[in-house]
This record gives sequence, structure tokens and C-alpha cells, in this order.
Amino acid sequence: MPATGVFSLLWLLIALPLAGAAILLLGGRRTNKWGPYLGVLTVVVDAILAIWMLLAMMGEGAEERTFNDNVYSWVFAGSFKVDMAFQLDQLSMVFVLLITIVGSLIHIYSLGYMSHDPDRRKFFGFLNLFVAAMLLLVLANNYLLMYVGWEGVGLASYLLIGFWQWKPAAAAAAKKAFIINRVGDVGLSLAIMVMFVTFGSVSFDEVFGSAGQASEGTLTAIGLLLLLAACGKSAQFPLQAWLLDAMEGPTPVSALIHAATMVTAGVYLITRSNAIFDLASWAATAVVVIGVITMFMGAIIGCAKDDIKKSLAGSTMSQIGYMVVAAGLGPVGYVFAIFHLLTHGVFKAGLFLGAGSVMHGMKDNVNMRRYGALRGLMVITYGTFVICTLSIMGIPPFSGFWSKDSIVHAAFESNTLVGVCTVLAAGITGFYMTRMVAMTFFGKARWEDDVHPHESPKVMTIPLVILAIGATFLGMALLFWGNIETWLEPVVGYEEHEIAIPELLLMAITLVVVLAGAAFAWIQYARREVPVLEPHGNLLTRAARSELYGNEINDSLVVQPSFWLSRFLVWFDNAWVDGFVNSSAAVVGGFSGQLRKVQTGFIRSYALSMVGGAVLVVLALALVRLS
Amino acid sequence: MNPSNYIILSALLFSIGTVGVLVRRNAIVVFMSVELMLNASNLAFVAFARMHGNLDGQMVAFFVMVVAAAEVVVGLAIIVTIFRSRRSASIDEPNLLKY
Repeated sequence: MPATGVFSLLWLLIALPLAGAAILLLGGRRTNKWGPYLGVLTVVVDAILAIWMLLAMMGEGAEERTFNDNVYSWVFAGSFKVDMAFQLDQLSMVFVLLITIVGSLIHIYSLGYMSHDPDRRKFFGFLNLFVAAMLLLVLANNYLLMYVGWEGVGLASYLLIGFWQWKPAAAAAAKKAFIINRVGDVGLSLAIMVMFVTFGSVSFDEVFGSAGQASEGTLTAIGLLLLLAACGKSAQFPLQAWLLDAMEGPTPVSALIHAATMVTAGVYLITRSNAIFDLASWAATAVVVIGVITMFMGAIIGCAKDDIKKSLAGSTMSQIGYMVVAAGLGPVGYVFAIFHLLTHGVFKAGLFLGAGSVMHGMKDNVNMRRYGALRGLMVITYGTFVICTLSIMGIPPFSGFWSKDSIVHAAFESNTLVGVCTVLAAGITGFYMTRMVAMTFFGKARWEDDVHPHESPKVMTIPLVILAIGATFLGMALLFWGNIETWLEPVVGYEEHEIAIPELLLMAITLVVVLAGAAFAWIQYARREVPVLEPHGNLLTRAARSELYGNEINDSLVVQPSFWLSRFLVWFDNAWVDGFVNSSAAVVGGFSGQLRKVQTGFIRSYALSMVGGAVLVVLALALVRLS
Repeated sequence: MNPSNYIILSALLFSIGTVGVLVRRNAIVVFMSVELMLNASNLAFVAFARMHGNLDGQMVAFFVMVVAAAEVVVGLAIIVTIFRSRRSASIDEPNLLKY
């Protein structure tokens, strides 16, 4: 449907934060005073527009909720036509709401968190750039425009992780994130090329419309390439190594980009391409396998990290693994992948912002072994953190329970083994989250000498409260009042099957497993003393602390061979290419060195050579005349 | 008279002049040999003019004589200058323009 009424303002959603970024980044120091507030304003206006569009969309019938806005013709090269055109349907609508609302809250939080930072105008410029790029990603109606947004969020992530660029660790982490992302981007660009060759177009309508006509091999190839792209952006195995290092960035960045929005772009890609994955069962299986592996990897890593942000990053990796599993399960799971994405976006942002609040009071220390007994001193932070923890663990009636249990149910509908894996991972989730809460807020105070923990200012705690309210009620709201299954069904399709065990029994088993994990962590970390120096730990603990040797594997498989290759190429260039050039110069030099000996300086030799030349000319003439 | 005799004479004079240029050490003598070569070619031109029956060869002979005169002026000036600084008229002496 063409975009009319409020939907004609679709382009404004992207233009506003983009303009904000341009003004803040190009305006320079002149904008230092009011810059942050402009940054907040653009995203808040976007959120208001998004809510208005939601209300307008809800007024339409279920089949008429797709609005297209063609801004201009971007590429027209022979048969290849790509437009700068936006599409707002039910799937992009929920993403737009997540990005703008959670984004607004994080922008407001950053007013407080970054208030002492001299570069905060630049920070808000980059944040606005990110919001613009992410909105472009979800509103694009063709893969090429989506790729622009895809790269844009990668760029914003690089700029924001390395925001404190004078810190070598931050600069290295930013590079690492961008490079690993790039590997995934190869997948997306190759997929776009295969799509163009197969379907002649890269717009969603045409690709999904003619998906049935392509061979299964082609569709599987496209699906696997898209999976590679999703792995890079969503930090799934084998491209997961960048996410924990990305915690070098300021905490609002970790909350917005590496919890709520950018890392979910991979799930969006898979869900949007459901027409392809539905027809390529091998690719969908690969998606599920990757999701299960990452689900466990993230959870195990989160259990052993003492850095609160890195533990939360491991948790993000694991929860996105859940979403990827659900997306790979097909029509039974797409809806719940998005559902969990939305609830996760809210409670994970709440957890990260809460961690930032704790860090703010603990002089930016991230080591949980130096926390302890903070619940009396940071009441609001404690309360919101616990609510979000209960949500992520999947305790009813908080939002995570509804979304996670739906995924567990969908997993059992398809494959019992996958279902069991999701239940086990839920138990590990209970463990690491309870560990985090126990080490931070309970137990004995293990603070350093000059640390005086205090509650954060209202500009930071109010977003926390709002997110905690969302973490409580969003699940029930989306499921019962919003009917998320029927809302998303026209875009992704929805199926439901029966499972062997009754639904309530499955919920109970999951809950028991989660509470067992939580109880185990409680005894270990709240009842017993937490040592300030990390203990040596058993093999699994040490492996988890080293991120399951992900960095070492990357180093030996990719980094060292790259160094060998570049050293070989340098040697080849010096020895062979330079050698070839230098030796040809030497040959010419040697030849001329011999030739100049003709110039003896003796007049009579010159005279002789003239006579000799004349004789040769005469001989030649005579030969020509005679023949 | 057979004009080809003059051609043979011209060839002989030219060879004598060439050998003189190549063999003699004194710069003046080399110049004299060069004059001999020029005169030999003059003789050849005039003999050919006679053989062809027109005066083109004699015209060229005039040109050659003018050129020879100019060349002698310049060449002798150079030799005298060198002689003034080096006190030697040998053409083997000035060999500094070499590699």
C-alpha cells in the first residue's frame, strides 16, 4: 500500500536522527552546549512518530498493514533497478518501536552517564547516527538498501566502541568488532549477488515472490550466506569473539547497540528472509545448530566472567542464540523469535543500564569481586536490576517468561533434542544471572578503599524504572493484548503443533530447572564468601573465563595465517618484484658501462669509426644496387 | 680523354687523403689530408658533370670549395688555440673528453 497520512512521514524517521548526527558532528565545538539535548530530541520525536504510526496501523485491517514509500530511484543500471524505498509492515513496526523507545530512554540516560565526559556531543552524534542507520536497516524494502543500514550500524558500533580512543584496549576492540563484522558482511553481499543473478532483483517483494522458482541448492546457498551475515552482526558462533571485547565502549553503547538493537539485526535478517529459509531446510537446520551452540557458549562464558558487563555480554550472546534457534525452527518459531527479541531488548537494556548505574557509584569499576552488599545503598538500581533478572530468567509473570517459554514450546514442537537444549540453557541462565545479582548486591562489602557507593541521579534512574516496568508487563501486553502471533502472522507465517507433554507440565519443568540453577548460584555466591582474588577454578571455569578459547582459535586459524601471508607477500615483493625491477636496471647499467668505453677521447679512433661507418654505408648501397 | 680516368684519380687521391687522416700525428698534416679528400671529391664532381654533359657537378664543386674554406678557417683557429696552451700540435694529446 502506498504511504499516506502519517506514513508519508516514514522518511522523517530516518532523516531526523541523521540530521541530528550531521549537525552535531559537523557543527563541532559550537554545538557543545545544546548538542546532547538535540540528540535526545530527535530520537524522542522519532519515538512519538513511531507510536502514532503504530496506532494508525492498528486501525487498518490485518492484510493492509504494509506501507511503501518510494523516495527516489537509486540505481538503474540496465536490468538492475534498486530504489531508495521504505516499507513499514508489522515486522518493521515492532522494530521501529523498540529502536526509538529504548533508544530514547538510553539517550536520556546518557545525559546523566556522560555528563562528565568532554566529548559527549560527539557521543550523541554517533548515537544518532546509529539510530538512523538501524532504522534504515529495518525500513528498507530491498536488500541493497538494508545493506547500507547494515554497514552503517557496523560503522556506528566501531565509532562508539572506540569512543575513548585514547585507550588502546578500546581502539583494539573497535577494530576487532568491525573486522569480524566484515567477515559476516561478505555473506550478505554474496547473498545479494546470488539473488540478483537468480531473481534479477533484490527487492523483498520480488525475491520472496519468486523464491519458489529457484532451485533448492540456490536457496540453500542464499540461506547459508545470510546466516553468515547474521552470525557476524549478532555475535553468533563462529563470529562471536567481538562481543565481549565490545564492552570497552561506554555502558549506554553496550545497552543500545550490543543488547537491544544492533545485535538483533541478524535475527531480523533471518526473519525477514523467512520465504527463503522456509524453502531451504538445510539452511534452516544450520541456523538452529548455530543458535544452539551459541546459546550454550554464551551461557557458559557468562557464568565465569567477573566483569559485570562481560557477563551480561555473554548473556546477550546466549539470548540471541535463543532467538536464532526460534527463527531457524520455521513458521512455528519466527513469531516467538521476534517476541523474545522485543522483551530481551527491554530487559537487557535495563540490565546494562543498571550495571552502568552500579559502575557509576563504584567509580567505574567493573569487577564484581569488588562489589557486594549494594542493595541498601542503591535501592532503585537494585530493584530494577532484580526485576530485569527475574524477567531474563523466565520467572512468571515477568515478560521473559512468556517469550522464553514460547520458544521452549516451539522447540519441542520441532525437535525434542533442541527443546531439551533450550531448557538446559534456561537453567544455566538462572545460574549466571543469580550469580551476578548475588555478587553485586548481596554478601559482604568487598569495596576498594576510596569507593563510596551511592544511588545514581534521577536522569539515570528514571529510564531504569521505565525499563523495569516494561520488563514486567511487556510480555503479557504483547501476548494477550497485542496478540503478537496474529500481528506478525501476515509477514512471517505462524503454525502451531501439538507436543508430547502437556504445556503446563513443560512450563513447570522449565521453571524447576531455572530455579535449580538459581539456587545453586545463590548457595555459591550469596551464602558463601566471594573471594576478592579470582580462584584458579576447574578446567571448565578457566575455559569459560578465556571465552572458551574463542580468541585463541581465531588467532591460530585466521590471524597467524594472515601474518604469514603478509610476511610472504612482503618477502615476495622485496625479493622478486623489486629484484626484477632492480636487475633490469642493473642490466641496462652494465650494458651502458661497457658501451661508454667507446668514447676513448682519441681523435684518430673517432676518425677511424667514421671511415668504418662510411664504408658500411657504401657496401650496403652497393649490395642494394646489385641485387 | 676518358673521363673514367679522372674518377680513378679522384678515388686514389681520396684514399691517400683518408690514410693521411688516420695515420699522421700532426694536426696540420691531418688538415692537409682532409683538404686532399675534399679536392678529390671536387674532381669527381667535375668529371661526372663532364660525363653527364651538364654543369650540375660544377655547381656542387663551388659549394664544396666554399665549405672547405670555411672549415679550414675554423679548424686552424682551433688548432692554433690548442697549440697556444699546450705547445703541441699532436692530435693524440687532447684526449680528456673521454669516459
